[in-house]
Amino acid sequence: MMFQLINTFLIGITAGSIYALMAMAIVLVWRSTRVINFAQAGMALLSTYFGYEAMVHMNSFWIALPVAMLGGALFAAIIELVFMRLLVKRSSSGHIASVAPIIATLGLLGVIRAVTAIIWGGQDVRIIGPVSNFGYTLGSEVLVFSPLKLLILLTVVVLVLLLTILFQKTNIGLALRASAFSPEIARLSGVKVDLVRTLGWALAGSAGAVAGMFQTVNGNGTFSPDSIEFSLLLVSGFIAAVIGGLESLVGAAIGGLLLGLVISFVLMYVSSSLFFIAPFIVLLIVLFIRPQGIIGVKADRRA
Amino acid sequence: MTLTVSQLTVHHGAIRALNEVSFTLAKGELGAIIGANGAGKTTLLRTLSGLVKPTHGSATWNAHNLLKGKPEHLVRNGISHVSEGKAVIPELTVAENLELGAIWRRNKKESSVSQSEIIEIFPRLGERLSQRADTLSGGERQMLAIGRALMSKPELLLLDEPSLGLAPLVVEQIFQTIRNLTTSMGLTVILVEQNAMGALKIANTGVVLNLGNVAISGSAPSLIADPLVRAAYLGY
Repeated sequence: MMFQLINTFLIGITAGSIYALMAMAIVLVWRSTRVINFAQAGMALLSTYFGYEAMVHMNSFWIALPVAMLGGALFAAIIELVFMRLLVKRSSSGHIASVAPIIATLGLLGVIRAVTAIIWGGQDVRIIGPVSNFGYTLGSEVLVFSPLKLLILLTVVVLVLLLTILFQKTNIGLALRASAFSPEIARLSGVKVDLVRTLGWALAGSAGAVAGMFQTVNGNGTFSPDSIEFSLLLVSGFIAAVIGGLESLVGAAIGGLLLGLVISFVLMYVSSSLFFIAPFIVLLIVLFIRPQGIIGVKADRRA
Repeated sequence: MTLTVSQLTVHHGAIRALNEVSFTLAKGELGAIIGANGAGKTTLLRTLSGLVKPTHGSATWNAHNLLKGKPEHLVRNGISHVSEGKAVIPELTVAENLELGAIWRRNKKESSVSQSEIIEIFPRLGERLSQRADTLSGGERQMLAIGRALMSKPELLLLDEPSLGLAPLVVEQIFQTIRNLTTSMGLTVILVEQNAMGALKIANTGVVLNLGNVAISGSAPSLIADPLVRAAYLGY
């Protein structure tokens, strides 16, 4: 009884930490450009392929992870710079203005998946985690919680801390926050808001890359352009971001952990057949009950 | 060193917001821009700080063409704009709002010197450094907005309706501070105001805008003495 409870908790918190990363990526893009980026899943997928290539050539996860992060950051920055910026400018009037860029990210998602399928083929490829995914033993029983899951959890905690320090303690963070809350005052204070927006996307691309890499090794280690894992990642990340009120990085992190726990407990104590629909059900419930976010963050900011 | 605005014309879509506006302001002077709602006062300031692009005309400060630059570049050249409506970022703390004004400056030591100078001007801000800006009173917010602009070490300060929505006593205090910025710190200030009398009292020169045109301009005392200005804008 107790054993199962601990097991469920640890599985949930690990999965949740990956959702938290994805949620933070979504919040970063939302705060810097007021776009819900559906292509985040595609960007994570592409970054994971970057990581896969690094694994093939260097055979080290600890090289592959930064390669994926860097590649993800660069790709996201380029997308913002050459695609999104132009798009926002061209659709800056009329009632389509706020919707067009968001719909465009859906299109982008499709394009990225198709292109990755052309480059790497449609079949599964494998990324091997840096440590064993065999569970620890607790007394006579074997936990699902493994060294790999522990490592994922610790890495995410470190990344979240670093990101929080970046946001709260540095000039770059101040520029990111000021540009999100009031682009005009930021510009009048000398912040190069356009540059900051690109940086927001790059950070999101990087966070999404880690989420993609970890989601893959935390699962069965394989992925393809059609992996449902990446769709789940997008949905979970979005729900976690909404739970956190969409404006707050800390909220997104907490939202991710909460969601991971809820799903884990539902699968264990209700039915494991809910695996693919549980996140979607939670999404609907959250949007119905508290679309402004569960955690007490003011979400009614003017865009 | 002078600010020279010449034949400045600005359109908002099809509407002409400013029409051939010309005036000059010498270094160290305080110029008041007065006029009714919709006269184009705010548009004038937003054009000078690079937020709005003009149709034609020119505006120069020293050697800088103000109409070419983006606001984030103009602020690096000593032009600081406090936009309308207590321009602070409510979600940030008082200290962060001040830091924001100096964010482009490389020298950290200089910024902290500036911060203590600003706290000397506005002691109330010093007591509230770690509070969020949305916990401040209206007057304190206006002080913070001006303080943030001063953190950029401006030579030319553009102020948009600093008296808006403030109690008379606070208004007097803010106007006195603005006056001191020119007399003791040598700043050149353009003050846009609905409170025409209050603004002209502390100004060296004044420009009266009416529907985008310069209706009349001259020294502040001559405007206060002008019967037409008195009747239309000073209310007596």
